[in-house]
Amino acid sequence: MTNGWVDIKNADVILAMGGNPAENHPVGFKWFMEAKRTRNAKLVVVDPRFTRTASVADLYAPVRSGSDIAFLLGLIRYALTTGRFHSDYVKIHTNAPYIITDKFSFNDGLFSGFDGNTHQYLKENWAYEGDPKTQAYSLDQTLQHPRCVFQLLKKHVDRYTPEVVEQICGTPKETFLKVADIVTSTGNAERCGTLTYALGWTQHSIGVQIIRAGAMLQLLLGNVGRPGGGVNAFRGHSNIQGATDTGGTFETLPGYLKTPTAQLQTLKDYNDSGSPTTLNKQSWATMNYWVNYSKFMVSLLKAIYGNAATKENDFGYAWLPKVDGNYSWMYIYDDMYRGSSMRAGAKEPAPEGFLTFGMNPVALGPNVKKMIAALSKLKWMVVVENVEIETAKFWNAPKEYGGAPPSQIQTEVYLLPASGFAEKDGTFTNSARWLQWKWKALDPPGQSKTDQEILSRIFLAVQNLYRKEGGALPEQILNVSWAYTNPVNPDLGEVLKEMNGKALADLHDPKDATKVVKTAGQQIDGFGQLMDDGTTMCGNWLHSGVYTEAGNNAQRRNNADPTGLGMYHNWGFSWPANRRIMYNRASADAEGKPWDPTRVGIQWNGQKWVGDVPDMKPDAPPGTYGAFIMLPEGVARLFAASLNDGPFPEHYEPVEAPVANPLHPNVTSNPVALKFASDKDTLGTSDKFPIVCTTYRLTEMYHYWTKHQEGGVLNELQPGFFVEIPEKLASQKGIANGSKVRVTSARGSIEGVAMVTQRLQPFKINGKELWQIGLPLHWGYAAAKGHTGPLVNFLTASVGDPNTWTPEYKAFLVKLDKA
Amino acid sequence: MAQTLEIRRSSASMWGSHTGIRTAETVAKYIDTTTCIGCKACEAACQEWNDLHRVATRQTGTYQTLPELHADFWNLIRFDERDVDGNFNWLMRKDQCMHCADPGCLAACPAPGAIVQYQNGIVDVNQDKCIGCGYCATGCPFNVPKFHTSGGKMAKCTLCVDRIDVGLEPACIKACPTGCLNFGTKEDMVALGNGRVKQLKASGFKDAVLYDPQGVNGTSVVTVLKYNKPDWYELPADPHVGLLVRGWKNVLRPLGVFAAFAAVVGTFAHFATYGPKAPPEDGDEADRGSGQV
Repeated sequence: MTNGWVDIKNADVILAMGGNPAENHPVGFKWFMEAKRTRNAKLVVVDPRFTRTASVADLYAPVRSGSDIAFLLGLIRYALTTGRFHSDYVKIHTNAPYIITDKFSFNDGLFSGFDGNTHQYLKENWAYEGDPKTQAYSLDQTLQHPRCVFQLLKKHVDRYTPEVVEQICGTPKETFLKVADIVTSTGNAERCGTLTYALGWTQHSIGVQIIRAGAMLQLLLGNVGRPGGGVNAFRGHSNIQGATDTGGTFETLPGYLKTPTAQLQTLKDYNDSGSPTTLNKQSWATMNYWVNYSKFMVSLLKAIYGNAATKENDFGYAWLPKVDGNYSWMYIYDDMYRGSSMRAGAKEPAPEGFLTFGMNPVALGPNVKKMIAALSKLKWMVVVENVEIETAKFWNAPKEYGGAPPSQIQTEVYLLPASGFAEKDGTFTNSARWLQWKWKALDPPGQSKTDQEILSRIFLAVQNLYRKEGGALPEQILNVSWAYTNPVNPDLGEVLKEMNGKALADLHDPKDATKVVKTAGQQIDGFGQLMDDGTTMCGNWLHSGVYTEAGNNAQRRNNADPTGLGMYHNWGFSWPANRRIMYNRASADAEGKPWDPTRVGIQWNGQKWVGDVPDMKPDAPPGTYGAFIMLPEGVARLFAASLNDGPFPEHYEPVEAPVANPLHPNVTSNPVALKFASDKDTLGTSDKFPIVCTTYRLTEMYHYWTKHQEGGVLNELQPGFFVEIPEKLASQKGIANGSKVRVTSARGSIEGVAMVTQRLQPFKINGKELWQIGLPLHWGYAAAKGHTGPLVNFLTASVGDPNTWTPEYKAFLVKLDKA
Repeated sequence: MAQTLEIRRSSASMWGSHTGIRTAETVAKYIDTTTCIGCKACEAACQEWNDLHRVATRQTGTYQTLPELHADFWNLIRFDERDVDGNFNWLMRKDQCMHCADPGCLAACPAPGAIVQYQNGIVDVNQDKCIGCGYCATGCPFNVPKFHTSGGKMAKCTLCVDRIDVGLEPACIKACPTGCLNFGTKEDMVALGNGRVKQLKASGFKDAVLYDPQGVNGTSVVTVLKYNKPDWYELPADPHVGLLVRGWKNVLRPLGVFAAFAAVVGTFAHFATYGPKAPPEDGDEADRGSGQV
């Protein structure tokens, strides 16, 4: 979230799209209701289903799953053609005036630079145009230049008329116009609206572009950086934000530093690649904050390798693994299944062993049949879990999942009992970026151990083996600093201190070298004190400030709220720098005056910025720097050359497309979508599988875990799997409510109880009725007695977004029959 | 049964045990159906706080946990789909005992003290004295009390009288994440409800209403409805205590007591007047009786 949960109460309009927060985030949803009660805010819900969230909305608009971009670009077109956008904001805080090279074009569904052989784009064609004389970006503040971002955007969205939106999304034109009227009512200084989304946007082959379209809408309306505004992603688990922040995916190190690749042989090469250069020489220069990249990286290396990291050895940079292939999880399972990998250039063997922590790939991964076949090829697998999950007993899965008989599977499975969230302390980082400490409630049962103990024991055993027997690349293992009081079971407070960082030598005030800011050994106050000469260490620069000399700030529980805006600066710790609203410089105008004086993000008082922790140099007067300090151009991007599938979002159908793309039938789906080509990666077509299907969660259940509860109340409240079917489709097929039905995709087939409802309606697409059904995902074959059910991912495909490699769970094709 | 709460009224008693020693304001639950998301946190909280047995539910094609309240399930969100002039609605309402000011269950109950109404308005079943006859279910206009088959007694929401007694809010209120539930004095909850109704009316819901049915002299559960159509929420439009129940309690029962008393008095009077019955003149009557075997 750019803003926070509590901040939703400050909104005048809430657009909930690509998510069902009432269902999946019922506690945070309190703030939606608070906004309704106290501000009379309007809640607009746009969703394929009439959801629990829709049930309390002021306006609900149906949208066919996978067509969100058309809807959002329709809203952008509406804002631009009616003038209902915040033009002062757009001029100073976005790249609308920036001129783009004439190599950029968009024709028949393809952006310039598309390579038909590799199915990739050459992004150089989408660059800003520089002015060779001034060494600055070319800008047109009047927004009239035909190649300025504003005009290019206008041209790009011009096709998305309300009629086209109706044709693509199935949203009646009148309903769309009502949504447009409410949403664009915030396109000014007085009003402000928030945008919330979740996996209903991310789990598409165009997921990132949907989110971009939402962000662009919010930028045009001037809603980013302001209290009551923002682009707010609701994360799917209590600590998924913390996992992402701490290098939870293969392409990032802690703090979103990039995983090094083989071309970057030295620390300097690596740091240079992470510190963007900028042409911005005009007024409103940029802080271009990533110029500090080397400080974050060197401090991280000092945290990893301790005293072994020295200036002479590039702080151990060479020991970090260089990752050339894509090691996102769908790729890993594809490697396992095929028995080899080609991604690092040469043919490599597939993994023979596998450790899986707190994750249940058989249940939550796409295409269960392929997943089970992949795991069957391993020599060994370690599953660290509270219960015996589907993955741990994949070798004994029911026959319909197509696995080999257990006698033919050689994989040796180790199930290590882990402890649950209440059986250990540590922090949760919530969607609002708040690190909040939690205290252990009870001891784990039996021999269960905490994650940190299991990890430490494995690591120390490997390190010991290296000491005794040696091995390949010993420095990587032997030089790791493991200086915890109890190395076998590190105290998580100590780990948090390490993540915060400390001074390794005395640190001096940069303005006054005689003044010592921190003495050696002291915890630093924040990432502003990090150095790239080895005098500081920090495990995650983004979390720096969480555990200072003042103590563990994640444990703070002071609910004083002097502004009344719900910022709570003394409650927990919000990264970065305890800032509650990111990009908050954009909450004020060019002179530093807040757009809305009743909702002050930050404001310039003549000497410094006051309010929230400023997302700006605290004493830099207005006009010095642009508001978006992490970007080299200092302004937010309506046009973004960084993504793999285009600088503007464009409507593409899901990979399993129910209809041809009416805008460009030759390019129906995302041309650079992630796909796999094994014999198990079959795709369905709309003639055989005419119904759109989507999967989702339910309030009563926690992912694939609740079904393991013996005698638990939640299984009583939501007793089993069902298939949500529109009433009219059910009557066509003679399906009665509560009867058994069968859902079949190109990959698998499952059976369930029909839930016949009016909450799902047919979509009129190109004049033809298109049906959509839905499946909750919480069941599987590993469960307490009486609570088993089918795995919905038996039906889903290993296809996904080309930027994040997230599977397309929200729109795939099926057929429906009476069972 | 909460020992420190004064009893205002008690079933099958001609007079209550109200002493007036303690003061207690009437309390109420507030339910705003327009901000309820049907998350069922209240259902879970009710089950757990009251240590109720699990009901063996099964998927029948609905989000609703059970078709109706159950002796082991005292708090149920009802889900109803309804199209209103082209606007689809998914209505959710928390169902439980309404704690009527004039409780039909109490009126119908023949077991002395088995149903009591405390001074603060809570209506509670005292299982010690309950005889499991089910008359209270007949007397209830909201279909609330249920017979517990293994316990042999009637059961329903107690409005968490054990929590209220020690200054806590009911478990369902405590668990509600959206703030659609609230708890306080009846007066405060009605004021809160009227405020929300006013806001809804201003937002275009002209028929919004606070459901606090006067046919039972109001209830200790007040419910904000977007549409003044209680039946859409599976609520009776104008609940009353049935005439038969009322007749039983107020007419027939006193009459019965009078008749029984009169019979005893009559017997004595008869005895005093005519003396003991004389033995039969012959054995014919008795022989005829035994001849039936």
